[in-house]
Amino acid sequence: MIRQTLSVLRKELLVEWRDRSRISGLFFFAMAIVILMAFASPSEGVLKQQAGGILWIGLLLASTRSLDQSFATEMEHGALEGLMLWPVDPRAVFYGKALANTLVLLMVALAIVPLLFGMYGAEVRGSIPVLLGFLVFGCAAIGAPGTLFGGIVAQARGSSVLLPLLLFPLVIPAVLAAAKGTTVVMEGDPMGQGRSWLGLLVAFNAVHWSLSGLFFGRVVEDG
Amino acid sequence: MSRLKWEHVVGILGLLGMIGGHYAGLFVAPPERMMGDVGRIFYVHVPVAILSMLMFSVSGLAAFGYLMSGRMGFDWLVESTVEVGVMLSTLLLILGSVWARPTWGVWWTWDPRLITATVLLLTFVGVMLLRGATTNPEKRATWSSVATLIAWVNVPITYKSVQWWRSLHQIQTPQDAISEPMRIVYYENMIAMILVLVWFVAWRWRIAKATAMAEAPEPLPAEVSP
Repeated sequence: MIRQTLSVLRKELLVEWRDRSRISGLFFFAMAIVILMAFASPSEGVLKQQAGGILWIGLLLASTRSLDQSFATEMEHGALEGLMLWPVDPRAVFYGKALANTLVLLMVALAIVPLLFGMYGAEVRGSIPVLLGFLVFGCAAIGAPGTLFGGIVAQARGSSVLLPLLLFPLVIPAVLAAAKGTTVVMEGDPMGQGRSWLGLLVAFNAVHWSLSGLFFGRVVEDG
Repeated sequence: MSRLKWEHVVGILGLLGMIGGHYAGLFVAPPERMMGDVGRIFYVHVPVAILSMLMFSVSGLAAFGYLMSGRMGFDWLVESTVEVGVMLSTLLLILGSVWARPTWGVWWTWDPRLITATVLLLTFVGVMLLRGATTNPEKRATWSSVATLIAWVNVPITYKSVQWWRSLHQIQTPQDAISEPMRIVYYENMIAMILVLVWFVAWRWRIAKATAMAEAPEPLPAEVSP
């Protein structure tokens, strides 16, 4: 199954690479949010403290554009049926797609963080590997349920409205943990809170990566 | 004349029980030691809180039942319990706000229990919206069952939130910490509410079934033998 997952991942990344407008569009979308959020802040000093939260709001909003498109290729010309007819475990299709969506979001995150340093005056007082940990697990926490719901709404009516309605409430705990964790890494963590936020994020990922993988087959087979 | 359905009998008993329970909660039970008469909202707020989580758990079981068996009866149960659960959850947040104003001094605060309860409500509202956006009955049943099971993950988190993150909202009160006359009124209200909810769910289940029957395509005419 790992080989199958990697094949699906390769195919997804190849599609992304051939149509690079999606990932660049995502980046500019997230960047626009980062800039717009600055207008809602009362002062530049506060902006610096809000950098972690704004990063995750930007990523969450950008993720809906990405996840919405994740199944667009499959929906054209009934290619989803073709994909499911492959002698491949549906879980491999799910994990391949979810990993690809996580990687795309992570690349956007890595491109946005330097902007926060430059424009918001944010700095990393904690450790950089821990910051990377929050970025990886935070993106993964949006990627897994996002791929599952992306698969559902791609086949339903009004998908662009439905995806945020399904996804946002579900990922609130993960976004909260990622935002709080990123903020404590940036602002310094004298109380050692980062560890518990990271723990919550890892637990969220464990639950949703297993549950979503389990259900994906039913969602596309009955679709 | 149509026969009186069992759920209506249960519902009328429940409504009578709620009238009696509310009267006892307001006028018979002793005032709460710390909060006085404000504490009387306990007889409604706590049963609504427990029953909303229980209702979503029934939705989770029904969703699991549908995914395992494919029987539409389970899907109708998902539809009815999710709707009743959303109603209860909304009522819970309103009651909680009414209680919070005199005791905490605010209608709303960013307390972990309040946040998790709101997240729980929103995830199940998402399930209802998903059902509304899907016309094919089989797809609707499968997708909403999956979404229900994933939304159900928030039930234990909401329940345990007061223990995991100690904050403004109190932890669950042990039964033996409640005085006898207060406990009787609490149980009375709880049982009455369960009866009313059984009525709501059963009635809503019949509506879901009738809608499904009406939506089902006409059976093909029987082949006429020459």
